[in-house]
Parts: sequence; structure tokens; C-alpha cells
Amino acid sequence: MSDSSAPPATRPALLDIRGLTKSFGALKALDDVDFTLGEGEIHALLGENGAGKSTLIKVVTGVFARDAGTVRLANREIAPRSAKDALDAGIATVYQEVNLLPNLSVAQNLYLGRQPTRFGVVREAEMKRRAHALLLDYGLDIDVGAPLASYSVAVQHITAIARAVDLSARVLILDEPTASLDRHEVEILFKVMRKLAADGIGIVFVSHFLDQVYEICDRVTVLRNGRLIGSREIAQLPRLDLIRMMLGRELAETTHERAASQPDTAREVCVSFKGFGKQGYLAPFDLELRRGEVVGLAGLLGSGRTETARLVFGAERADSGAATVDGKAIRLNSPRDAAGLGFGYCPEERKTEGIVAELTVRENIVLALQARRGLHRPLSRREQDEIALRYIRMLDIRPPDPERPIGLLSGGNQQKALLARWLATSPKLLVLDEPTRGIDVGAHAEIIRLVRDLCEQGLALLVISSELDEIVTYSNRVIVLRDRAHVEELKGDAVEVSSILAAIAADAPAAQEVAS
Amino acid sequence: MKASTSIAITAVVLVVGFVLCALQFPNIASTRVVANLLTDNAFLGIVAAGMIFVIISGGIDLSVGSVIGFTTVFVALAVERWGIPPLAAFALVLVLCALFGAAMGAIIHVFDLPPFIVTLAGMFLARGVSFLLSTESIPITAPIYSAVSDFAIRLPGGGRLTAIAIAMLVILVVCALLLHLTRFGANVYALGGSRAATALMGIPVGPMTIRIYMLSSVLAGLAGIVFSFYTAAGYSLSAVGVELDTIAAVVIGGTLLTGGQGSVIGTFLGVLIQGMIQTYINFDGTLSSWWTKIATGVLLFVFIALQQGLMALARRSSVKPAGAKPVGAST
Amino acid sequence: MTLRIPRRGLAQAFALIVILMIDRAVSPQFFNLHLQDGRLFGSVIDVLNRGTPVALLSLGMVLVIATGGIDLSVGAVMAIAGATAASLADTHSLPVVIASALAVGLACGLWNGILVAVLRIQPIVATLILMVAGRGIAQLITEGRIVTFTSPDLVWMGNGAVFGLPTPVAIAIGMLLLTAAVVRGTALGLLIEATGGNARASELSGVGTRAMILSVYIWCGICAALAGVIAAADIMGADANNAGLWLELDAILAVVVGGTSLFGGRFSLVLAVAGALIIQSMNTGILLSGYPPELNLLVKAVVVLAVLLAQSPRLGDIQRFTARWRRTKP
Repeated sequence: MSDSSAPPATRPALLDIRGLTKSFGALKALDDVDFTLGEGEIHALLGENGAGKSTLIKVVTGVFARDAGTVRLANREIAPRSAKDALDAGIATVYQEVNLLPNLSVAQNLYLGRQPTRFGVVREAEMKRRAHALLLDYGLDIDVGAPLASYSVAVQHITAIARAVDLSARVLILDEPTASLDRHEVEILFKVMRKLAADGIGIVFVSHFLDQVYEICDRVTVLRNGRLIGSREIAQLPRLDLIRMMLGRELAETTHERAASQPDTAREVCVSFKGFGKQGYLAPFDLELRRGEVVGLAGLLGSGRTETARLVFGAERADSGAATVDGKAIRLNSPRDAAGLGFGYCPEERKTEGIVAELTVRENIVLALQARRGLHRPLSRREQDEIALRYIRMLDIRPPDPERPIGLLSGGNQQKALLARWLATSPKLLVLDEPTRGIDVGAHAEIIRLVRDLCEQGLALLVISSELDEIVTYSNRVIVLRDRAHVEELKGDAVEVSSILAAIAADAPAAQEVAS
Repeated sequence: MKASTSIAITAVVLVVGFVLCALQFPNIASTRVVANLLTDNAFLGIVAAGMIFVIISGGIDLSVGSVIGFTTVFVALAVERWGIPPLAAFALVLVLCALFGAAMGAIIHVFDLPPFIVTLAGMFLARGVSFLLSTESIPITAPIYSAVSDFAIRLPGGGRLTAIAIAMLVILVVCALLLHLTRFGANVYALGGSRAATALMGIPVGPMTIRIYMLSSVLAGLAGIVFSFYTAAGYSLSAVGVELDTIAAVVIGGTLLTGGQGSVIGTFLGVLIQGMIQTYINFDGTLSSWWTKIATGVLLFVFIALQQGLMALARRSSVKPAGAKPVGAST
Repeated sequence: MTLRIPRRGLAQAFALIVILMIDRAVSPQFFNLHLQDGRLFGSVIDVLNRGTPVALLSLGMVLVIATGGIDLSVGAVMAIAGATAASLADTHSLPVVIASALAVGLACGLWNGILVAVLRIQPIVATLILMVAGRGIAQLITEGRIVTFTSPDLVWMGNGAVFGLPTPVAIAIGMLLLTAAVVRGTALGLLIEATGGNARASELSGVGTRAMILSVYIWCGICAALAGVIAAADIMGADANNAGLWLELDAILAVVVGGTSLFGGRFSLVLAVAGALIIQSMNTGILLSGYPPELNLLVKAVVVLAVLLAQSPRLGDIQRFTARWRRTKP
């Protein structure tokens, strides 16, 4: 099994990826990425959304075809063309949304397509007996005849893992398996992972919970913007360094100049939230947004940034606290309420929650304004053209054709059109969730410039970004989030990449263990 | 909602309804009436047994009524005009039905089209072909027909369990075994749960889709043969609208049209409920037959609303916090 | 879903012209018109006149389908509205008769809309309820008989003429203009297309998607009711069993032929009506050609399949696949 060209890992290489490249149009989702997984190794794959983790997984499992690079499994080059090919080769993936059948019994899920039969009849008792025995190996003693949906997500994950391993998978990719598990369930899953690793199975662990990464993993590989940042032994990597790998460039590298930071009190508060929160979703927070001010939300993926945005925009209903606009109490139960109050929201998921792909750029731009004006006050075609052209020119949307279906535009131009959608409503408050995600470098800088301009026009902005440089550039204040709570607010000169990193990494026991 | 719960609800509705009917018209509680109920609804029971496979797999088949019509005409012409022996005619028509269903399944799978509209086209096609074959009602006089309709198992109390009622019960049992005890059946449920996940688990989704629609069309063909025994004739306009009665029976039998769950027994109970309403109205004599439709509509609404309510309830109770850790208050 | 610069309507216009030419070929007098008693007669007028009920239904159906829904109950609603109109015709004035029928249609549409938009029941299942029960309700109104009437006002709705055009045709044109005015004159059209194209994104843009869905089912009910009144007026009676029977399927077909996807999004009122006319000119053509009218269903089936396959999202994939297959296996 072992190979002289093995990577610096002590174990023989099981999965060896070299120079993997994959582009979607102008966007390089993966750029010359190397990745090596050893036998019996638990290897964390880290990075923010859009860093290239899921593209990497999808190339390895045959969902996407790669543009360049090699994938070798146990020294044999493989090129799976479907998830089933990959499974046959020995690579199994268990997604956060478990890819099993919730309506079937646990036993059927384990043996679907290969149930024991006699004369064509499934031997139900035999199948259940085997399923029960199989799961006992994983520390689960459950009624395997009950539907999968009646069990917790942890049990569903373990069922998926058991099925994959039983199908002789040698590489197991676990994509955010712990995102909806409680502490006890995580323990059970980790036990299973350790057992499998001891059996020589290589595990790729994708997670945004750094504590868990430190607890379970041997090595970690970090991706950012489609590029490999580095692979390290976890035991020799202090937490602050890991977070820096994920979020920041080297501190000396700061290219943008800081926004002029006037004292907060000079601006008038336009929207304010007190004790706003939702049980099990986001801890109550206080937030004041002032005209002409950019507030950045920083934190790791899953720390509660998007959750804050959705509560502020009414897309998720808060169950505690109150909100006021210009000092008056408001009702904020739906996006419609929020839009009516002069809020705007550009969601992170542009394709599924932002654009209406089939409609033209013009129609997408006027949508929010029209919804706000109501049915009986339609914008005339002339007004629509005027608005669309104005914003196409102002934001330099390309191609400058208002009648093109927006689905045909590049990501950056779609993002600009979505900005235009809200700017056309002359909003008081604009919430931007990862406005520069997945767009090319040129558009990136332009959008940052736009954010600054908007701010100068007296708009209140709440911006979420994983690019700390970027946040530091335009934010007057930065709220740091951790574990679904607002934990720190940085103002004035304290708005620096290093202080944000420190706030994100603070209060983490694992970090101290490793650092010491 | 658990499968057993929905079957139980349907069964309770059937029993309570039957008791109420029997209280008003004691004659209803006789083997004669019950056996007739089975005979009158034999073809519906058979076609519903096929529909349940399609619906569990997440599809729908609007063509079944037309396939029944086509089968009756084809069988009548084959036996009476073309001189084909009845059994050979049955075999021939079932092969045609199988090909027809396979073609619909293939189009649905290969072109990724909504089953609703593909089987709608199938409905037009089958009805159109039967019109072309003949527009008049063709009586069937073959000896096997009279022999079969004379055959019946006498039940205590004067009831006659006819051959076609027996055929339905046998087919239902076979279908129940196929659905609940075989790999094929498990795959049908899997498809309805999630096509993508099923494909990922290595089940050949395309061939499964083809087989499911094939099964539905073959059972519709069998229902057509049974219908031709029931009426002793072939008529291109027979069984118009049966697809709706069938879908209604499936829904009343506790099956969601979204797929992934359902049972043969529940569907059979749904057929019986519809038949019972019809029987009650016949007994009453003063009520007109349109009350059947209204009652069916009301039942449909009640069952759908019930399931929607129970599902919402289940969703609310299973909502878990999205975060792995308790939300800490550390500021 | 295919994304392309739209050149909409070309295919439908072409199909309609070809079919009319075929009609002309089998029946040389097809385009002849003559005026009699202040009303135009001729095969073309006949196509328009007979196409009216489906055209009216498709006006409502196209909006429902644009939101990603479907309404199976329109045939039954026609029967209910026809029965209502027929039973009131000889005792009430025309405005009262029509208003009552339309109110019934509105109530039916509201029922469907509430099931879909508020209770969030799948549109097929939700409207199946009224499809099954509706005909029973219609028979309840007519008490199982075919209710005939003699009111000349209502008869005029089916057999009269306006500026030489048969009244039903004039009404259909009026409804097309009215619907177009309501949908395109207000923002309704845009918001419906946005809702059908991406409901989630529309909601996050502040569009009241529930209100959109509710309103299209109501409009669909009203259109169906009007079609029901005209159908009743045409035969001077209400036949609860057969009025509007299977027309829901024709209406869905007309919408699909008119290029609106069953998955929702972009829609065209004019093309949906054109779809209805295409179906009717095929029917009339088969009738005129002397072929048995039974051929209708076959032709319809072939047309549905052709349209579906042409719109199939997979077609492109398959072409690519075969191209690749040819490359790899020369």
C-alpha cells in the first residue's frame, strides 16, 4: 500500500489529489489545489462558504467534472462521473441533509437494493437482524423497523455512515455532520469516527465548529477563495493561526485604506433593536444602526451572522425583544413588513433567494420597488426603463442590456442588479449578506466601492462578510459573533483584523490547550 | 403521519359509516349487499391497486380510465369480430397495455416531464384509439363470459361472491405482497421519498419508473377485462372519469399525493367507502346520485385537511434548534 | 428551464397558420364569410365561437399555471355557474343572473385559493376536491334535471351578435382585453411571474405571494363561471352532467401549447388564447375533412407530446449526450 512519494503524513496515502482546478465561467472555484488523506486519518477540510470545499467534494465524488488535476485512490487514478461511480470506487459522502429516505425504515435504508430475499420476498426478520447487529457495532441499539424520520439526525448520520462502510467505502466524506447535533450526539458520532479511523478508513471532516476540529482531527487543510492556504498537523497549529488561515490575509498585506471613522454620536440612530432574538436560533442582541454608518458582522460560518440578517429583515420571526425605526415601535413579522419600513436585504444565496432567473434585468431591478408600491400603482414601462438604465449605468452592470434574462449574467453582475433592486426603493437600511461572495476580483473591488458610496449617501448598512480585510475597510463598527450570539463590538481604532481575530478566537478552551 | 394511523382512521370512517347506514337501513348489513359492493367496485379496486404504486412513487396516472375503455373495446372486437379466442385476446391486450405504460414511464423519466401532463396525453391517446376502433357498444357473447358471470361462491345470507370480486381480492393481495414484501416495493417507496437519494443509493431510477407505469397500465388493462365481464360489452366511453374516482379512493385511503407513503389496504378501504356512499344513496331512493360526488368531495377535503394538520403538528414538535451548542450568553 | 432571448409566439403563430391552411385545403370554403341577420357566418367564425369556452378558461388557467399551480376544477365550476344562471334566467334580469353566476365562480376560486395559498395544499389535490364535488353541487342546483330557459336576454349571450360577431366571441375578446388590462395595466403580471419564477426570492423582495396566489385562483373561478354561463346560454339550458366536461384538460393543454411552463414563471395571455384556437381549429378541421371526430383525441395527444418534448429541459442534455457519444464512438 505504501508509496515512496507519500506526503509528509506518517500514514500511507489513501486519497491523493494534485493540482485540482475547476472554473465556473470566469470564476475559479478551485485553483491548483492539493489534498492528501492518509489511511485511518481524520482530516478537517476548512474554509468559509465559497472557499471551494464543496466544489472539491463534488469533483472527488463525480458530481462535477474537473478542468485539470489528478485524483488517486490507493495509488490508482480515478475519474468518477457520478456519485454512484465514486461509491463503487470506495468514496462515500454523507451530507448534512442526510441523503437517505426518511420514509423508509432504518433497516430498509441500510439494505435498499440489496435486501436479503427468499423467492423474491424480502426476508424482513433477517434484514432487521442484520441491521440491528450492524448498528450495534456503532453503539446504536435501536428498533431498526421504525422509519428513519422518527430518529434524531445523529442516528440518521450514523445509519448513512454504516451503509457507506458496509458498501466497502474506504474514504468517508462527512459534510457538516455535526451542524444539527447536540453535544451528546456529537460524542456518539465522534466515537464512531474514531472506530472507523482505527479500522483504516480515511475520513474527511468538513465543519465550522473549530472546537470539534481540534477534538477529533489529525490534520487540517484550509481553502480560501478556491486556493489552498495550507495543510497542517492540528496539534501544532494554534487556534489564532488557524482562524487567520481561514479569514485573513497576512496582516501586513492590508491593501484597502480604512474608512474615515467619525464618532458614532455624530450620526442619528435610525433603526434600533433591543433584546431582539429567537429561541434556539440567535441569542437576544441589542443593535443600533445609524445613518451613514456601516456596521460589519464578523464571525465564522454558523456563528449567527446570517441569522442576524434574517431576523433584522423579518425573514425569521423574532420571539423576544423589540425594534424601533426613528424611535417608533414597529411590527417586523415578514420581509414584506421590512420592505415597507424601508429595509432591504441582499441574501447570500443569490440563485435561490435573490434573482428570478427567468425575468429580465429590468424586471428584477424594479421588483422590490413595485412590490412596495402595490398592485394598483404600477411603474410604467418608461419608468421601469429609466430606473433600470440608471442603475445599469450607475453600477456598471454588464452587458448593459435591461432586457436580458438575469440568469444569463455573471455572478457579480447579478449581485449588482440585486443591489439595484433595493437601491431603487431608496431604503433606510440595507442588509448585505456576503455581497462579494463568488464574484471575480474586478467586480469585488467595485462592490466595495459601492458600499462606501452608499454609506456616504446617508444609508445605514449592515454588512456580513468572511473577508476580514474587506470588513475592516468599510465598517465604522464591527460586531463579532460566536456560537449564535453577539459577543463583542469593536469601534473606531479597534476595528482591525487582528482584534477581530482575537475576539473570534477568544474564550475557547481548546485554543489554549493547543497554544500551550 | 404513520401509515397505520391513517389506515386506522380510514377503517374507522368505514365502520362508523357502515354502522350508521345499517342503523337506518338494516338490510344493508347483509352478505348480499356487501358481496354486491365488492362486485360493483371490482374494476375500481384493481385499477386503484395500480394507482397506489404510481402515487407512492411520487407520480400520478391520469390515463387509467381511458386504458379501461380501450381494453373493453379491444377485447370485444377481438372476441366478437376478429375471432380471437378470449384468453389470447386478454393476453394480447395486456401486452399492449404494458407497452403503453412503459412508453409513458420512459417519456417521464428520459425527458424529465411532469407525470401529470404525460399521462394526460396518454389519456387522450388511449381514448382516441378506442374511439377509432369503435364508437358503439359491442355486446360480448362468448361462452366464457356467461360461464364466468354464472360462477359465484354462495355466502350464508344469500350473498354471491362473484368471480370478478374474487379476482379483485386476489389481485389486491398480490399487489399488497408486491408492495410491502419485495425489493421492488421498497424501491417504490424510496422513489417517492426522494428520487435523488434513491439514485445515489444505486437504485436504477429509470427502469423503476418505467416498471411502475407499466404495472399501472397492466392493472388498468386487467380492470378493463373485469369491466367487460361486468357489463358483458365493450364500449369506448366506458370508465370515463375513473381516474378521478381512483385518485379519490387513494387519498381517502390515507395516502398523500406527494408520494413516499400509502398502502394497498388503505386504498381498498377508500374504494369501499366510495362504494358504501353509493349503496346508501341507492337504498335511500329519495337522494339523488349527485350526493355521491358531494360526499366524496367532502371526504376528500376532510382527509386532506386532517393529514395537512397532522403533518404541521409533527413538524412543529420536531423543530430542533439549528445550532449544535446551547446559545450562550457571553458578552 | 431554458434561458434564451425570447422570440415568443412565433411557433404558435406558425402552428395556427399551418393548421388554418390545412383546414383551407380540406374545405375550400373555410375562409368564406357571409352576413345574415346582422351576424357573420362561416367556418372561421365557427372556430372562434366554439373555441370561446376553452379560451375563457385558459385566460384564468394561464395565470394559475404561471404561479406554478394548476386548477382542475374549472369544468365543474362551469357546470355550477351554468346551473345557477339557468335556474335564475326566467325569473330575474340579465345583470342579476350574470352577477350571481360570477359570484358563484368567485366563491369557488376563493375556496381553491384558500386551500392552496393558506392551507398550503398541493394545487392538484386542492382543486381535485371541487372537481369531484362541483358537479354534484351543480346537480343539486338543477335538482338533477336539465334546466331549460327561454329568457331571450340570456339566449342572446350564447346566440346573439355584437357588431356582427357572435356574442360569445365578443365576450371572449372583451375578457381578453380586460384580463390584459388588469394583469399588464397593474403590476399583477410582473408580480405573478416573479412568484412563479422564484417564490422565495419574491417573498424576500417584499412581494405578497399569498395574495398573488389567492387572486389568480379567484380570477380563474370568475373566468370559468363566465364560460359556464355562455355554455348554458348556447344550448338554452344547464346540463350539470356534461357542461364543461373535460374542458379543464383542454384549458391546461391550451396554456401549455401557448408556451407557459407547468413549472410557472413567464406567461402570455394572448398565446394561451392562441393555444385554445389552435386546438379548436384542429377539431374543426377534422370535422370539415370528413374524418371521424374521434380522431380529435389522437391528434390532441400527439400535439401535447410534441409540445412537451420541444419544451423538455432534458432535450438539450440529450443532444449533448448523443454528440459526445458520437465523438467517443466514431
